[in-house]
Amino acid sequence: MNIILNNNPEVIENSKETITVSELLLMKAFTYKMLIVKVNDELILKENYSITNVNAGDNVMVIHLMTGG
Amino acid sequence: MQKHTVGIAGAGGLGSNVAMALTRVGIGKLIIADFDVVSESNLNRQFYFTDQLNSKKVEVLKENLLRINPNLDIEIHDLMLNSKNLLSTFSEVDVMVEAFDKAEFKEMIAEIFQTSKPTVPLVIGNGMAGWGKSNEMRVQNFGNLYICGDNVAEVGLEMPPMAPRVLICAAMQANTVMSILLDNQFGNEHNT
Repeated sequence: MNIILNNNPEVIENSKETITVSELLLMKAFTYKMLIVKVNDELILKENYSITNVNAGDNVMVIHLMTGG
Repeated sequence: MQKHTVGIAGAGGLGSNVAMALTRVGIGKLIIADFDVVSESNLNRQFYFTDQLNSKKVEVLKENLLRINPNLDIEIHDLMLNSKNLLSTFSEVDVMVEAFDKAEFKEMIAEIFQTSKPTVPLVIGNGMAGWGKSNEMRVQNFGNLYICGDNVAEVGLEMPPMAPRVLICAAMQANTVMSILLDNQFGNEHNT
């Protein structure tokens, strides 16, 4: 299925037209502990990653957060 | 700029310099919170001076900012921000600036502000350690969330935070705040 990931078109190799946020993070190797995830401009809380679906056409943002400031 | 209020969470390398830049361009009101005192290792990047060592950051930052603009309306909070006091501390802001050090606090403010106050733009600093690579510093915009930095350079023993790149990031955050506050007003297309 096709989604937008961090403002770029991305093809997700998947048999279904949906995937959970947790599966997407694993598939795209977002491995940091601290993240910001938004799907269609809605922030997804960490506790909901495994129950939130990303569907074909969705606009997804995943940002690794790092210490420093 | 005079009629607007900006919240700044943290008064370290990012926060003290964002506050300095916004004060110089005439921001009306700043609300700044931090629990820390000025230490010697801060002076490589933060907007403090040797005679302010061991003083509360928010108190001496207020002094420094009022020396730039005595008419600045500034509200300081000497406290450690957490998930319980964050929203009440910054209840009336037009734009919120994240200027924490630790990644877990950056995540906390993003989760709380983007869910409880989704209409308030949030400007985060993310990745500014080391030196060089100026062109990798950028602003990414996702709705009301703005991420300034290279999103790569994490602070560590071999990668300390230092004035040039921290100030680039802080200046990008202040510049983003200006763009959010002014572009609509002047009818320009919003320009990160």
